Amino acid sequence: MKTSYRGAIREAIREAMHRDERVFLMGEDVGWYGGCYAVSKGLLEEFGPERIRDTPLSESGFTGAGIGAALGGMRPIVEIMTVNFSLLALDQIVNNAATLLHMSGGAFHVPLVIRMATGGGRQVAAQHSRSLEGWLAHIPGLRIVPPATLEDARGMLWTALEDPDPVLIFEHVLLYNREGALADDAGPVPIEGAAIRRPGTDVSLITYGGSLFKVLDAADELASHGISAEVVDLRSLRPLDDETILGSVARTHRAVVVDEGWRSGGISAEISARIMEGAFYELDAPVARVCGVEVPMPYPEHLERAALPQVADVVRAARDLVNGNVGIAVDVGIDSDAGISPKARIERGES
Amino acid sequence: MTFPPSPPLPEAPHARSLLRSMLLIRRFEERCAELYTQRKIHGFLHLYIGEEAVAAGSVPVLEPRDSVVATYREHGQALARGVPTDAVMAEMYGKQEGCARGRGGSMHLFDAGTRFFGGNAIVAGGLPLAVGLALAARMRGEDRITACYFGDGAVAEGEFHEAMNLAALWNLPVLFCCENNLYAMGTALRISQAETDLALRAAAYGMPAWAVDGMDVLAVESSTRRAVEAIRGGAGPHFLEFRTYRFRPHSMFDPELYRSREEVDEWKKRDPIPLLAGRMRDEGMLDDAGMEVLEQEVAEEVEASVAFAEGGTWEAVEDLTRFVHSETEGRQP
Repeated sequence: MKTSYRGAIREAIREAMHRDERVFLMGEDVGWYGGCYAVSKGLLEEFGPERIRDTPLSESGFTGAGIGAALGGMRPIVEIMTVNFSLLALDQIVNNAATLLHMSGGAFHVPLVIRMATGGGRQVAAQHSRSLEGWLAHIPGLRIVPPATLEDARGMLWTALEDPDPVLIFEHVLLYNREGALADDAGPVPIEGAAIRRPGTDVSLITYGGSLFKVLDAADELASHGISAEVVDLRSLRPLDDETILGSVARTHRAVVVDEGWRSGGISAEISARIMEGAFYELDAPVARVCGVEVPMPYPEHLERAALPQVADVVRAARDLVNGNVGIAVDVGIDSDAGISPKARIERGES
Repeated sequence: MTFPPSPPLPEAPHARSLLRSMLLIRRFEERCAELYTQRKIHGFLHLYIGEEAVAAGSVPVLEPRDSVVATYREHGQALARGVPTDAVMAEMYGKQEGCARGRGGSMHLFDAGTRFFGGNAIVAGGLPLAVGLALAARMRGEDRITACYFGDGAVAEGEFHEAMNLAALWNLPVLFCCENNLYAMGTALRISQAETDLALRAAAYGMPAWAVDGMDVLAVESSTRRAVEAIRGGAGPHFLEFRTYRFRPHSMFDPELYRSREEVDEWKKRDPIPLLAGRMRDEGMLDDAGMEVLEQEVAEEVEASVAFAEGGTWEAVEDLTRFVHSETEGRQP
């Protein structure tokens, strides 16, 4: 069956609504508009306005209402239009959803799923392009899953709904239109555990979500340079699958972490630290990172492109690691002395 | 503000139960303050003393099937709801026999058995939860009201307005119980909110809203009954502004620089406990001996709870990370 990432999620929602009458979808423009990214298009007609529930622009209010409904015996799917707007609901996500079970000594759990779009690449500027899933992965009590593949887009939702605790699903905006084949019997998949999307022997490229396909392209290109790259799709940012990450590094002895999020204090820092803690003596080179440049996302296409990890950045970082040219400029961080990123300098031939 | 005349006294047993409920909260909290100075209770301790008529008059109007969402000043609601006094005191101590396993302490009392959903220490953070609980009840076809307690400070928060709008928009069975004690910690309502008639602001969302003398337990009870009856009849959310006053500092750390002794003394003249007891005496429902019996009963209950808490146990450090995630699925219906 040919489908899109968007279609896979829609099918997952539809199936969940049919399987469990406690499930309902609530969020801004999910009903009459059909979803900001058209994910819920047609569902209002199928399930009606009680279960495909349009909300006012009240992120904190309806996210908290989702938590309350979960406490009251429902299985809500709250759609927050984008991660940028979820900042208005952080109180509810962090202080309530993530906290109530522990704080109540196990008396109350919150079986809530929150879906939201994340990431940049659509020229929608600073307030619509953030990648904050790594930031939310800091919070105990939450599960953070960024499905990249059609199978995961189709299968993670039901598993998340069956989980007794809050699960946040991050859908990269550039994936919605991605099409491919999905098995007719595609169904629920685990929401824990990383996957090796491409086996390799020379370097582990560790990534997730919207960056996965860039990294797979980079692995293709690296192969043409004689470098065998293994691609690890994290699938879950909380919990992280240490076993798969460390197992891959033990095979390849080198790692590049690729994350659209910022490097300072980001999930890439956490992964790098875990590799250092758990596989230090396996490493032939320091862990490298390719991350978003630490700026609010600019609007113009050329600047946005420069701010996001690109295939060439991943290839360069991996080649430098394998060729022993470490410590040159393997990631896309800000060079405070020069005031511009090393990557920009590289692209201008100044490296 | 002038309120309508106070309702007539109910039959003696009921009047006595209202008095007892207020007295229990008062004596329980006075004991907590002592225990705090003895370093048995730690952290933040926000006393409800002075505001007892609100919890004692409103909470018992609810049915066991209803839900309660409260704030960090919630000892009164918890006790009035019937969360066992022992379990509340053990929670104050942080013992695992507490109603939240000792994890929450004074600010985070939880009890599944009485549908007491906390103990929320983020001002206005509980309002959206109440809306969601009411939404769930409606979608599940359950006859449940959610009563949500919060203070005047919450009315300035965005979450208050989002929750009011959602509840009114969806016509949900929520009773919003605003405990207006005139201060958000130490910031007076008059210097922090443009419109200090809080019921007026709630009414802007199209829901019935009125102010109630929060020092008169009979007025609290009668207004709550009226609102609950209407909500159960499908009339949608109601907002009650209980005008009340806390006699003690905001917490045990508060030097009370922001209000005068005279103001506090003035409010103490309307202490809800003598107010009711006096009326009962006037009507011949209560005498010194009767009051003594009541005090004795309450003292025994409070002391028993202290003994229970003293005899409680500390959760094993090995259990620290339990309940970050659920251990079993589907405990809620």
